[in-house]
Amino acid sequence: MATVIELPIETYAGPVDPDWCPGCGDFGVLKAVKMAAGKLGIRPKDLVIVSGIGCSSNLPGFIHAYGVHSLHGRAVAVAEGIKLANHELHVVVTGGDGDGYGIGVGHFIHAMRRNIDITYVVMNNQIYGLTTGQASPTTMKEVRTKSTPRGNPEPPINPIALALVSGATYVARGFSGDPEHLAQLIAGGIAHRGFALIDVFSPCVTYNKVNTYPWFKQRVYKLEEEAGYDPSDVMAALHKSFEWGDRIPIGLFYRDEHPIYEDSEPALRRGPLVRHPLRPERAVFEELIEELM
Amino acid sequence: MREVTVGIGGAAGDGLDKTGDTLAKTAARLGLYVYAYNSYQSVIRGGHIWLRVRIGERKLTSHGDHLNVLIALNQDSIERHAREVEPGGAVLYNSDRLKLDPTLLRDHVLPVPLPVSAITKPLGKVPAVMQNTVALGALLFLIGLDFETAVGVLTDTFKHKGQAVIDQNVAVLRAGYEYAKEHFVPLGYRWTFTHVRRPFITGNEAFAIGAVTAGCKFYSAYPMTPASSILHWMAAHADRCGIVVKQCEDELAVVNMAIGAGYAGVRAMCGTSGGGFALMTEAIGQAGMIEAPVVVIEVQRGGPSTGLPTKTEQGDLNQVFGASQGDYPRVIIAPGDVAECFSAVVTAFNLAEKYQLPVILMSDLLLSEHPETIEPEDLRYDVPIERGELVTEWDEAKGRYKRYAFTRSGVSPRALPGTEGAAHVAATDDHDEEGILISDVFTSPPVRRKIHEKRMRKLDAVLRELPPPVLEGPEDAEVTLIGWGSTKGVIREAVEKLAEEGIRANRLHIMYLFPFHAREVAEILRRCRKTICVEANYSGQFARYLRAETGISVDAHIRKYDGEPFEPRYIVERVKAILEGRPLSLEVTEEEAREIAYHYIRTHLDEDARPGRISRLERDGFEEPIWNVEIVSRETGRKRGRVLIGIETGSTYRWEPEESAS
Repeated sequence: MATVIELPIETYAGPVDPDWCPGCGDFGVLKAVKMAAGKLGIRPKDLVIVSGIGCSSNLPGFIHAYGVHSLHGRAVAVAEGIKLANHELHVVVTGGDGDGYGIGVGHFIHAMRRNIDITYVVMNNQIYGLTTGQASPTTMKEVRTKSTPRGNPEPPINPIALALVSGATYVARGFSGDPEHLAQLIAGGIAHRGFALIDVFSPCVTYNKVNTYPWFKQRVYKLEEEAGYDPSDVMAALHKSFEWGDRIPIGLFYRDEHPIYEDSEPALRRGPLVRHPLRPERAVFEELIEELM
Repeated sequence: MREVTVGIGGAAGDGLDKTGDTLAKTAARLGLYVYAYNSYQSVIRGGHIWLRVRIGERKLTSHGDHLNVLIALNQDSIERHAREVEPGGAVLYNSDRLKLDPTLLRDHVLPVPLPVSAITKPLGKVPAVMQNTVALGALLFLIGLDFETAVGVLTDTFKHKGQAVIDQNVAVLRAGYEYAKEHFVPLGYRWTFTHVRRPFITGNEAFAIGAVTAGCKFYSAYPMTPASSILHWMAAHADRCGIVVKQCEDELAVVNMAIGAGYAGVRAMCGTSGGGFALMTEAIGQAGMIEAPVVVIEVQRGGPSTGLPTKTEQGDLNQVFGASQGDYPRVIIAPGDVAECFSAVVTAFNLAEKYQLPVILMSDLLLSEHPETIEPEDLRYDVPIERGELVTEWDEAKGRYKRYAFTRSGVSPRALPGTEGAAHVAATDDHDEEGILISDVFTSPPVRRKIHEKRMRKLDAVLRELPPPVLEGPEDAEVTLIGWGSTKGVIREAVEKLAEEGIRANRLHIMYLFPFHAREVAEILRRCRKTICVEANYSGQFARYLRAETGISVDAHIRKYDGEPFEPRYIVERVKAILEGRPLSLEVTEEEAREIAYHYIRTHLDEDARPGRISRLERDGFEEPIWNVEIVSRETGRKRGRVLIGIETGSTYRWEPEESAS
């Protein structure tokens, strides 16, 4: 492997400042994404950040890299298309819990099942922020929001468990209150060959008055510091994914090497599709016509 | 012109498509022209399938109006189609299993009973489906097609199954041929075989081959009839052609992946039918907004909702025009025949890349799934490939790269991800020249105005590039038939037939639906004496669009929405009625009453029942006149009862069994 030349975080300074509320958890995630890219020495031209719609999905606009700010819920699908077209690019999807676990949950599950080599960073604030505070797929039961004034009647999705059973090969959870640790997890996800999910507790300081920084700080602990925890054991990871109460684990739940989707595509063995000559060979064309005779 | 139309009727699972394919390819290799249409159903086994193969010495552009030879693979097919066979024709059937009531036949129609087990006995045990091959052998003799050519087709068809299978098929074909030679005289077809080899190809195959030839490297789809055969072709040829073919979890993923691939710089396409397209619409607007090239094929079937999955219609025009919220630049093209499917997809990729926008190709089940012979030169290798302006490197010392630079043409040179110095965000929120959002913090009405104008301005150049439609036929025609999409061929034949009957007609066929040549079309229509819009939908969606774009209302309409394609005679009769001022009757015809009775029998009665005599009753206790359809026993011929069908409403009021029936 070539020596990595780390790049400073300023390399990725975006054209405009984020428009998030002061104190928003997404600032920490933005910083961590830049740090992760810098650690891996990824040049801005080789990095594509794809997002959907939501506060957190504005992230591509705040980082110097290629970006697609796509539709609500569709970022993963757009990212898969980009990756298959040019698999030499580093494709990172950034978005929120509504985008990924609600309207886009179908793409999320199927992308994991494919084990396509993209990294998905979900800024999970357990609320719809951009639309001013409705319940999201990860809002805890009984929590009151603008759309659930009597308390949320639905239990939340468990993204870590869902990722594990759907076939993701790198499953982690970070906390935007600890950008250094988060940056390591994201860098690990980008470097990992296969689908990587990094679910991030990224508090919404405006609309989520329950899952606040202090709420998380009191509860989170790092799996890396848990004696005997083995991230290659999927059943252990699944067990940990259900831990939610006084103690909530963050860190790397699971990592394993499996063939990636791109390996199954013969066309990609000749290098990125985007560099293939457009016209088929004349002999191939003539065979296609001959089949019709 | 010499021509023959062979109808093959049976149930799904009878293997009649293979039989039809062998017949068609045999004729095509002999240098004849072929057009086939399979009227099938959404079942894998059973139902009624009706395949027509029309063969002639001249280019054929519809399945025509005639039936000369029937190959009946089940009893239903004999009863439903034997009476359609024209004098001089023949009905072939397996006489071991089926019965032909001679009263069903018109004069001078030859019954050709084939005792299949006796014919194939010397060959040992053969699979039941080979009754088709016996019939095909007999047919070759009766209509004068070359036996050895058919052997060549079978050999190629079964090459992958090994010599034993080839030998068995050829032996059975020969047995059928020899049996017919021994027992019947040929029907008298004298062909001139030119042996010019022509591709025999469906619209969907033409889309797929056209796409590959134009450099398509990515195709995504979710299975949906009648678009699935594009997916099948692409998947089967992916390795050889170097394409990534992705079956996705839903049409949302399909179109978004294709847009992602298009954004990243490969020529990307996806295909679906109306229901899947409905799911794609938001993303098509996205492609317009981020200016990503993508080609989307919408193969219409009968709608709305699940509708008629295996039947044809042109009812999605409103949906395609209405796809996505807001205004955005896009191109909509409706090829009119199989050769145009190939050329349209080439045009689509060039427009998509040069103008950085989505291009929608509209087809329908008829155009996409029917095969026909086309000229070899219709499938060109060296098609034009135009990619538009690409930025391959950007010196940041010159200032920041502006992905959406406000240019006079509206086209902003495109940088693909991976390009040094040109990093930017392609955003679905509206944005400025650099791609910075103008939706949240930085709202700016004038920037919004100018970027919207920039995007929409691209359509001016697209329109200038597209050839306007032309009026085909005599300028001073009494009547002008206007069509779009798959009706091109059948309208052409209807115009010819009208001429034979002394009615001078011309036709205007429109392929480029958007942007639209409003000025040119209006000029043409103003010169026409009587305009009739022909389209396969209920409400006249295209006529309405014509009126919106040109201010001209057509004089009359010919519409069809029963799921089956137009036939030339249908159009001719309607044109004559319109010219004579006869109103259109929506009453159930006697033929339709028989089909409605079949529907009742198949859903409520049993295999033994079939419709018999049909008579008209005035009122009879109902608020409308009634078709009284006798139901008789196939076995005994005895009357089993009657079905009463409303002539106006089409309601099946009652099944009245005979008192004596057990």
